[in-house]
Amino acid sequence: MAGIISYGAYIPKWRLSRDLIAKGLRGEKAIAGPDEDAVTMGVAAVLDCLNGVDRASIDGLFFASTSSPYKEKQISTIIAAAADLRRDIFTADFANSLRAGTAAMKAAADAVKAGSAKRVMVVASDCRLGAPDSPFEQVSGDGAAAFLIGEDDVSVSIEASHSIFNEMMDVWRTSEDIYVRFWEDRFIQTQGYLPVTGEAISGLMNKTKLGPKDFSKLVAYSHDPRRLAELARGLGFDPKAQLQDPLPDSMGNSGTAYPLMLLVAALEEAKAGDKLLLASYGNGSDAFALEVAEQIEKNRDHRGIKVHLESKRMVPDYTTYLKWRKMLPKGMVIDKLYYWTYPSAPPIYRERNRIYPLHGVKCKSCGKVQYPPQRVCVKCGSKDNFEEVRLSDKKGTLHSFATEFVSGQLLGTVNFEGGGRMWCNITDTAYEELKIGMPMEMSFREVIYDFGVHNYFWKAIPVRA
Amino acid sequence: MPGIKDKVAIIGMGCTKFDEHWDKDVKDLMIDACWEAFEDAGVEPKDIKAAWWSTMWNGDLGRSLAYPLKLDFIPITRIENRCASGQDALINAYHAVAVGAYDLVLVCGAEKLKDIGMPSPGADPSTPYTSRVDPTYFPVACFAQLAQRYAYHWGIPIEKVKEIMAKIAVKNHHNGSLNPKAQFQREITFERAMGAPIISYPIGLYDACGVTDGAAAAIITRADMAKGFRDDYVLVKGVGMACGKYQWEFDDEWEGDHIEENIRASRMAYEEAGIKDPRKEIDVAIVHDCFTITELAIYEDLGFSPMGKGPEDVEAGTFEIGGEVAINTDGGLKCFGHPIGASGVRMTYEVYKQLQGKAGPRQVKNPRLGLAHGFGGTPVDGGTGAVVVLGSRD
Repeated sequence: MAGIISYGAYIPKWRLSRDLIAKGLRGEKAIAGPDEDAVTMGVAAVLDCLNGVDRASIDGLFFASTSSPYKEKQISTIIAAAADLRRDIFTADFANSLRAGTAAMKAAADAVKAGSAKRVMVVASDCRLGAPDSPFEQVSGDGAAAFLIGEDDVSVSIEASHSIFNEMMDVWRTSEDIYVRFWEDRFIQTQGYLPVTGEAISGLMNKTKLGPKDFSKLVAYSHDPRRLAELARGLGFDPKAQLQDPLPDSMGNSGTAYPLMLLVAALEEAKAGDKLLLASYGNGSDAFALEVAEQIEKNRDHRGIKVHLESKRMVPDYTTYLKWRKMLPKGMVIDKLYYWTYPSAPPIYRERNRIYPLHGVKCKSCGKVQYPPQRVCVKCGSKDNFEEVRLSDKKGTLHSFATEFVSGQLLGTVNFEGGGRMWCNITDTAYEELKIGMPMEMSFREVIYDFGVHNYFWKAIPVRA
Repeated sequence: MPGIKDKVAIIGMGCTKFDEHWDKDVKDLMIDACWEAFEDAGVEPKDIKAAWWSTMWNGDLGRSLAYPLKLDFIPITRIENRCASGQDALINAYHAVAVGAYDLVLVCGAEKLKDIGMPSPGADPSTPYTSRVDPTYFPVACFAQLAQRYAYHWGIPIEKVKEIMAKIAVKNHHNGSLNPKAQFQREITFERAMGAPIISYPIGLYDACGVTDGAAAAIITRADMAKGFRDDYVLVKGVGMACGKYQWEFDDEWEGDHIEENIRASRMAYEEAGIKDPRKEIDVAIVHDCFTITELAIYEDLGFSPMGKGPEDVEAGTFEIGGEVAINTDGGLKCFGHPIGASGVRMTYEVYKQLQGKAGPRQVKNPRLGLAHGFGGTPVDGGTGAVVVLGSRD
């Protein structure tokens, strides 16, 4: 039976206290850093999911989001490249609906069942923007989740699924819009969310002959935790005991990724034999009956939700958040002055192995690891005698560091475990916290957006424990 | 032994004031510097047989020098080697004269940064990575990393290194106050240097050179012809240049506590000049103090201080005018600012004047040997170290 082999998640390190949005608002929400988006968070979730998994065993990657940085350009290829997956795999993007994440999961499970793929990576990631002062700005949060779907060694089997589609204008964004649009909350909840999600869940329970009592947890998308409790009660679940915490005050509503991130949170607590009911919402609803298998115990070594939630930094003020989301104009175009070159498609393509999976080279004569890839060895001088080595998953130590006041960038040199060194940007930290010798790891980020190119690359971050 | 020791002489030099020349074009600066050099040497532009033109951003072709000066269809080579462009142009000119290709040549270095609008000199238009994913080599952040490694490697607290850097700034500003051609001519106190805003820790405002316009020029001839022009010509004793290979960036065994290019270039120049102990033999050195931490590293790179002992020599006043080796007597890049292609020639101008005994209130007592040192690039991306050793005639 098809199911979840491995799971992973990503929550950005940055949190915005809602009190900074409006005095007295409760809790905080996770927000992507200035160099993060749905793509970079997706890569991080996939890498978390890949922990302990043989990359070569993966036959497909599906990416789901409503906030892709490109209208035309596949994102699953960027993520597959950064994750260093095989090239002969099937990639597809699922978009335009908050239900895209569960749609991708269903498609993956169906592909596995049909035998067209043995293992498919599904990743949902969203970084949705609410207009300043809108209620959506208050409830939203950023994040990503990833699942490896397959048939062998399954930790969670997908027993059944049931879907409902529903055409209505409740939450949407046109191709010209920057911010998410809403119709009135009561319209969304009473005409859309409650009846439609309820219909999908009831349909699933009818199909499987299972009742609310058979499930240890209901894991469901919601715009508002109170409505979620209302949904659960209406279906015969005990909201106190059976609802997966929607983490509204620590994480926020992460859109397409939201139900899947909550599923990761549920799996972190789940034990063999537990039955979970997963439901998404967005132009309809997909509901899944899941059963946790014993392999779940061998599948705990992920940062998932818990570790990522604990590892955090607060954004100092609301202005910073506005700047990061490009809602405030830039006073100086210093970055333009510093850069005399522009992102050029041929070198990005030519250097794709060093850029996306962060491949360095190891000299076959003397063993010296070098980054960026060289043709002549810096140590022994032998020419064209290298093998490629992946450095993105190597931990390292900080060799030196600096910041620069005009750009505000943190820069440093990282020495990788097992050899190799990289001069790179440092992110998600503050200059005062940097120290020579401190442990670092690599994180896939956006370096710059210019000439219509989202230029992604790896930066160093202090190890997120 | 092959080499150009005592084969080539400088017979005239010129240098503009280094400043924010809002009212002048780069061509005006070139004309001013070159005409001072022509008059100093007693030659006419029509006598010049070949020229070397040093700039980073102010003119690509040889014609960029011929046009303002109206040079008469002579060969002109444009040299760009970042902040060592001036030394590189001089070295090429020396070699051409030494082999007898030309009798009388001109070297001009000029740059007008205030027209370009750059927030700082040294921004990199030639990054090897056009995919543009890699960090920019912000010079200040690269030299701040050198400071971190220097402190770490020698076990000196970074705060102490910062104090030493401040003392270097105070010294150079004192020297600059004695120089009417410097951009900054005011002395600063240690407290002011220490309290200045941070640009990239430990580098503060007074640890960095400014953004400036300027030009300098030299007239060069064969040593045996030099006395036909003047008595106090200056002889070329030795030259050295060494180019890095991005070693800090990708060699994980690279320590990064000093600048290898400077060590190699200076040893080449010393060997050619027959210098065994630079601290004893060199009387005056104008070195590439783009940041005060760079000058500290250079004391050791160039062999004036034992490795790791530069700070002790700074405390002892070793490099002040009147000290064992007077360094940056003209105020250095700290007070001149750094119009990139002009700086190397400007440094040579000070050495030339010192060896002639014409450095006014900055004059070092009876100097016999002096050097001009440039370093293009940064310790992180790897650069060009270049040293020109000059001596007074015997």
